[in-house]
Amino acid sequence: MLDPYKIRKDFPMYRNQIKMQGKPLVWLDNASTTFKPDCVLNAVSDYYTHETSNSHRGDYDLCFNIDQKILETRQTIAKFINCRPEEVVFTSGTTGSINLVAFGYGVKFLKKGDEILLTQAEHASNVLPWYKVAEMTGATIKFIPLDKDGRLTPENLAATITDHTKIVAIAHVTNVLGYIAPVKELSKIVHQHGAVLVLDGAQSVPHVPTDVKDLDCDFLSFSGHKLCGPTGIGVLYGKFDLLSKTDPFMTGGGMNAKFDMCGDVAYLEPPLRFEAGTQNIEGILGLKAAVDYIMNIGLDNINAYEEELKRYAVEKLEETGNAIIYNPKSEAGIVTFNIKDVFAQDAASFLNSRGIACRSGQHCAKILIDYLKVVATVRASFYFYTTKEDIDALADAVKHGKEFLDAYFN
Amino acid sequence: MPTSIEITPEMMREIIMDHYQNPRHKQKPTEDGYVSLHASSSNCIDDFEVYLLAKDGKVVDARWDGVACTISTASTDILCDRVIGKTYKEAEYIIEQYLDMISEKPYDSSVLDEAIVFLNTGKQAARIHCATMGWTALKDLLEKEEK
Repeated sequence: MLDPYKIRKDFPMYRNQIKMQGKPLVWLDNASTTFKPDCVLNAVSDYYTHETSNSHRGDYDLCFNIDQKILETRQTIAKFINCRPEEVVFTSGTTGSINLVAFGYGVKFLKKGDEILLTQAEHASNVLPWYKVAEMTGATIKFIPLDKDGRLTPENLAATITDHTKIVAIAHVTNVLGYIAPVKELSKIVHQHGAVLVLDGAQSVPHVPTDVKDLDCDFLSFSGHKLCGPTGIGVLYGKFDLLSKTDPFMTGGGMNAKFDMCGDVAYLEPPLRFEAGTQNIEGILGLKAAVDYIMNIGLDNINAYEEELKRYAVEKLEETGNAIIYNPKSEAGIVTFNIKDVFAQDAASFLNSRGIACRSGQHCAKILIDYLKVVATVRASFYFYTTKEDIDALADAVKHGKEFLDAYFN
Repeated sequence: MPTSIEITPEMMREIIMDHYQNPRHKQKPTEDGYVSLHASSSNCIDDFEVYLLAKDGKVVDARWDGVACTISTASTDILCDRVIGKTYKEAEYIIEQYLDMISEKPYDSSVLDEAIVFLNTGKQAARIHCATMGWTALKDLLEKEEK
């Protein structure tokens, strides 16, 4: 079993005993971003102190070294999600990845009468690019109904999908409720109708084992910073034949094979075709360190530990008698709740006054209104360095929720 | 506390909760003559309209309606209490003093009355916007009316 106390020794944000409002920091906003271990910080810093060079721009050793390291990062990620290195495209993050699929593939191939299927539980970054595609191509957006708990089921997908459906874009793990979608079953249905499955892995890749071959998704997006890597770096995985058909979202240096004054241009093959301009090299090297670190702990261990934390949190919050929990049954380490009679934003400020970082808000307005019958919630989200003491601190605060104005007077 | 009124933190909490639980001015007007401005926040859930009915340089009525947290509900409701019946100039002066108080600048507490309860908003920096969004919306409405 994984030992969060030992793990914390690798994290300066824990070693430095960071405080918030004069209280020891209790970090429960991991669905938003995560802390970085030393190995990631060292990988980033080493690039600037020992290894600075651009990639594929020269014939000297430092440059060759960076090219090798970028290639090794692709290989590491390929191993991490079970794909080929040339199917790993570096992007700025999940949002950048989804936009690349939307504009490079969606806009190119969709036309009037085609359908894009989404769910009401999607994050804005997996909704708004598709609205744009619909606007540009004349395709229509349809929402797959969720079941009474807010879960996406194969039955509901089957009932909604038609032969006009060209793209199904869904989250593997939803960011508000934390349900794990049955992707293997969903991808079968999607492919039976000749559509493409675009999977948002922002909340899944850091937490549950992800095998793109087994899931049979066509595209997968994720962010480095949600898995202990740097901000501003992410990955788009695509099946190679689909990437080959995808247009670059940006053009420029580093992605063309040749061009001349007559306008003849040849682009490089994927993944380089999608990586115009100097890449986020420090981010790529930091991402490799993060993925190595996570693979070393093991996603099976991480997943099992987070499930245990989730059960513990639900039990502790229920014990307070003062919490309304909206997703007690979901699998991921996300608890969405409210403190009785306290508006979510006020609850979050109260938690802040006790050093506890949780996110409040609508997260995704539609699902909250339709399924939770509430305008806003508080979300606590865990990672492998979260301890039961963190959850105890949260439960103790919830228990004293009636005193939420203490945030301003104590 | 830089106020002449002796007011304890307990009283301040009660005033905030009272305006949150029983807001006096939270009602969309059905009559004509009101001007309104939308107030919303990118980092809070608050999303409401502020309404102003003005005549002959005076605030006849001020109201608001929408979704709002405790801090924005109570602060906007107290704002309405403070400005109804005042001239534009008086109302603008009150709003200015309040905004100065929130941003921890010198201010004239004599015109703030119950609004003094938001003295400590700066303790939760992320919530300063909640405590001021109704006030800045009304300030904009008053400035528009004056033109």
